Order: sequence, then C-alpha cells, then structure tokens
Amino acid sequence: MSDMTIPKTYKLFVGGKFPRSESGRTHAVNRPDGGFLANVATASRKDARDAVVAARSAWSSWAGATAYNRGQVLYRVAEMLEGRGAQFAQEIIDSTGATPAAAKAEVRAAIDTLVWYAGWTDKFAQVFGGANPVAGPFFNLTVPDSVGVAVAVAPNAEGSSLLGLVASIAPILTMGNSVVVLASESAPCVAMSFAEVLATSDVPGGVVNILTGNVAEILPWLASHADVNSLDLTGVEGEVAVEAERSAAETLMRVIRPRTFGATEKSFDRIARFVEAKTVWHTKSLA
Amino acid sequence: MTENSDSALALRAARLYYDEGKTQDEIGEILSITRWKAGRLLALARESGLVSITIANDAASPAAAPSSGIIPTARSRAHGVVDSASLRAFVTALPGVDAIGLEGRAARIATRSVKNESKREALDTIIRLIDLTTLEGADTPGKVRSLVQKAVVPDPADPTAPRVAAVCVYPDMVEHAVAALGDRAGDGLTGIGVASVATAFPSGRSILEVKLADTRYAVSKGATEIDMVIDRGAFLAGDLDLVFREIAAVRRACERPDGTHAHLKVILETGELRTYDNIKRASWLAILAGADFIKTSTGKVQPAATLPTTVLMLEVVRDWFALTGERIGVKPAGGIRQSKDAIRYLVAVSEIAGDEWLHPYLFRFGASSLLNDVLLQRQRMTSGHYSGADYVTID
Repeated sequence: MSDMTIPKTYKLFVGGKFPRSESGRTHAVNRPDGGFLANVATASRKDARDAVVAARSAWSSWAGATAYNRGQVLYRVAEMLEGRGAQFAQEIIDSTGATPAAAKAEVRAAIDTLVWYAGWTDKFAQVFGGANPVAGPFFNLTVPDSVGVAVAVAPNAEGSSLLGLVASIAPILTMGNSVVVLASESAPCVAMSFAEVLATSDVPGGVVNILTGNVAEILPWLASHADVNSLDLTGVEGEVAVEAERSAAETLMRVIRPRTFGATEKSFDRIARFVEAKTVWHTKSLA
Repeated sequence: MTENSDSALALRAARLYYDEGKTQDEIGEILSITRWKAGRLLALARESGLVSITIANDAASPAAAPSSGIIPTARSRAHGVVDSASLRAFVTALPGVDAIGLEGRAARIATRSVKNESKREALDTIIRLIDLTTLEGADTPGKVRSLVQKAVVPDPADPTAPRVAAVCVYPDMVEHAVAALGDRAGDGLTGIGVASVATAFPSGRSILEVKLADTRYAVSKGATEIDMVIDRGAFLAGDLDLVFREIAAVRRACERPDGTHAHLKVILETGELRTYDNIKRASWLAILAGADFIKTSTGKVQPAATLPTTVLMLEVVRDWFALTGERIGVKPAGGIRQSKDAIRYLVAVSEIAGDEWLHPYLFRFGASSLLNDVLLQRQRMTSGHYSGADYVTID
C-alpha cells in the first residue's frame, strides 16, 4: 500500500479552520508539464463574505496584542516554515517547474521576509510615530494604529508562488491588521500548505484567511465590501484591477494600486500603507 | 364630643357593623345616636384606618391564591382541568415527543432555500416581528431611549425599513420606554408595544407577592406586554399546581382597571427543562393557565431558543388552535443573531402553524443583535454589495 498515491484536495483557510467552499466547487490544478497535481476548492462570494467576517472578529485581539507578542508570532511562523522547508521547495517545483536551487532560494527568502517584518513589529512605532513639536505646553504624540481588515491578492509572478504570498500578508500583519488573501491562481497548493503552517503557529484563527479560486470572480465582491478597510492590488493586473479600484471608491476603503510595490518587495513603506496615524495631545504639567 | 370619644365610638360602630352584621339603624339604637351619625362614624372608621377592606377576588389575598391546589381558569375548565388531580392527569396524558423526529424535521426546515425575491420580504417580516430587547444590569433611561429610537427608525439611511413590533425592557425602564415612544406606542401592529419582563426575571426565584407587584408595576407604567418566567424548580420537582397558580395569578395581575389586559408571554426557559416532553407539558400548562404567548427562553441561560424547541412549541399552538379555534403566540428568544437563522424560524412558523402566525400578535423574535444583521442584509440587497458594521447604528 505504501506506493499508493493519495491525490490531495486542498480546502480553504477561514477563521483558523479549513472549510470546503460553501459552493461545493473544486477545480483541478496541473503541473507545468500538464500532469494532475491536486484538487483545490473554488471559493465563492459567500466564502469571501465569511472570510471578512472571520477577519473582522479576529482583528481587535490581534491589534490589541503587544507589538512584542505579534513579533514573536511572526517569528514563530518563520520557524515553522523553516522546519518544513524541504516540503515547500518540492511543492514549488511541482507547481511551477522551478529548479531545485531556485525553489530553495525562494523558501529561504520567504523565511527572511517573515523574520524581517517580525523585527519591525516593536520598532515601527518609533520610526513612523514620534513626539511632535507644538507651540504650547503640550505633549503631541503620533502613534501608528492598524486600520482593520485588509484584502490582498497574492501575485502570479515567476518566483513568487510562496514568496509573493508571504510578502503580501506579512506587512499587513505587522501592525495588527487582519487579512483575507486570494491565493495566486497559478500556485494555490503552495498557498494552502502555507495555511497549514499558519494553523500550527500561534497566529490566532481569522487573522489570516486564504481563499483559492478565480480572482476575477471573487475580488469584485471584496473590493465593494463595506467592511473591508484596505485593498492591496499589488498582485492584480489589467481590467480586474481597474474594476476593483472603481468598486473600492464607493466606500472609505484605502487602495494600494497595482505596481506600487514589487511582487516580492519587502519595505518599510509597505507596513506604513496599513496603518493610520493617531495623534494625541496631552498637557505637559498640571502645575 | 371630643375627637377621642368620636374614634372610640367609631370603633364600636365598626365592630357592630362588620363583625356582628348590624345595620346602621340598629347601631344607632344601640349607641343612642342617629342612623346618619352611625353612617358618618363608619366612614370615619374606614378613612382613619380603623377598618381596612380587602377584596377577596384579589390574587394576592389568601382566599384567591391558595397555597395548594389550583383555581381553574376558563380555559382549563373547558378542558376538564379543575383541580390538582385533573391538571396532573391532563399534562401527563400528553403524548411523548419523538425527539429524533422533531430534530429531523427542524433540520429539514433549515435546508429550505429562500430565493432572493422572497428574501427581501422575509427580512422585512423579521423586522416587523422583533421585540427589540435590552435586559442588562447596566441599562439606563438613556440606553432605553436610544433603543426606542432604533425601534422606530431601524435604518436611518433607509426609510423603507419597517419598524419593529415592540421594545422589551425591565419593569423600571417601562416608563422611560413609554415616554420615548410617545404617540408611536401601540400593540405591536398599530404601533410599537412596550414589553416588560417581570416576576423576578430571569430566575423567577422570589415570592408570589413580589412577582405580582413586579407585574402590576410594569402594567401601571404602561407596559402592553408582560414576559413572565415560570418557576422551573417547581416544574421539575413536579409541583405543577404552583406553576399553574403563579401563571394564573400573574395573568390576573396583567388586568387594567378598564377591563383590558397586558398580553402575557410565559417564558418556559426551555434550556432548564431538559427534555422535549417537559417543554411540551409546560407549553400546554402555560396555555391552560392563561398565556397569550409561550416564549422559549430568557436569553440568560444556554441553550436559549433552538429551532427544534420552537418547532415543538409551534406544534402545541397549532394543536390548541385545532382544539379550540383560539390562536396562541410563540416567541423564540435568545441566541438568534443572524438573518439566516431567523428566516428558518419563519419557514417553521409558516409550515407548522400556518401563515396566519406570521403576525406581530402571534409571533415574535426576542432579540437585540439580530436587527443589525437583518439591516446589513437589507443594505446588501439594496446596494448590491456587502455592508459592514460601520453602516448600522450600535445599540
């Protein structure tokens, strides 16, 4: 029996659980050479809705966690990813046909990215925020606060099946946002394996929700969703991106336009796109 | 004559009149005074408190609320329930509930597909049937006023949203709710009702006098509906008489001086009754004792309202209607937070009791957060995109 292959059917990752699509739909994912790789769930708009609900309810406690604690959790994700590095390298090869060296380098870079953002959690506020000079006997302090629920689309670009996903969600999580991310259509299996990493790290359920399926079908519902606070279109191109921007204009949702950042870019500025500056006045002395 | 001797004379007159049954003429002769003087002395005796008169019909008086047995109601008498033995016989003779069948039926009801065109109608129906509730220890008159505001205009951005049936508050908040409603008050259909929980809600652990005072207070302040709790401890211990007596006594306490009465909803607290058989028995008992509505739960005990429980209670009111032609209401309360769940209850009402029950006089949802979810779904249907919590008022 040991040589029997068990083709895997990947499910969604919503609210810390792995549900099937509400619609019951799945689709087959093939290897670059055309052979069958696995089945993945095809998310519907209702799965997207459920994911936003899960992200919304997870947000307050994640945002309320100490910066140090968020850093530890992100670091833990990096640890878990490293422990399963070989598996991920193989999955990248299976999904994209990358060379073993390139796959290994991509996993390495993804771990690096997580550690890099984990470090920023308790340092970002010092750099971004500050004590503002004002003409009066007041302290005037600016501190960054998380915005809420973010939606991101993992990029399809070459060499980014894992790295692109990690580079999308890590800056969102750093300062306490929760996220609904649409996996890239080219490498959904890698994304769902990463969900297994998240589920076995200390990331609270609902902070990260991953949907697989047709981006053009689901994204419009998320872009127009009034309970989504920010929309990262880094991984989206063309007509779908234009339509998403147009829908997002109906609400106060902030939009990170396509090509603002590179698909696998890690940057301080990316964190800054998912925070709101909160400024507090306080008297210097009561005397 | 001095005042002192007047009151001494009044006392003697009162004894002759009330204790010995003498007429005012006879008292006049005995005390050597005129009969008019005797009448004035008796009046003085009553006004000064020498004599106090209790009407025996009062539920709180020992004569009307015996400490054992029951006083049959018109309803119970019609079904041969006239005393302790016949009540027990009636309730225990009820056929048992097939729990698997009941839960299976509820599960099938939950699979009914409600299409978009009907969903809009369903959402509006849900709003019209809501008892918008605040039952917190931290309630204030201000919170009740904002609750009333929300009851009247559930969605400030959409005037087509209907208003709810009633607001449900604690007795001391009734006057604030009534004041805030003003001329928008009504009976659930004509305007917004004011329901008040009473009878030592939610546990019901107090003496009958306190429960009746609680009820009378709420009614006197303008409550149009009273949500009472039954004594679950007594019910489970088998003291059906006590449960019956209390319901009947509270029903009498709901009466207003003008002969009308505040509608009585009897909360069974199904989560504490344990078995479907008990829930069925308690439902029948409550109806026999005078309930206008039977209500599942206080919302303070888990599990609160469930679909199988509500299906069972709907079957009881359906059977009562078949038996008597009289329609009793049902109110599931507690734990119904999502439109999707509420729609399933509507399906249950329609399929089991009938569409006539989809009316504020016969079906209510006891809920607080349900309203916001319904409003979000309405907004989604109106705008075509999903709405968020920032777009409805917080309670």
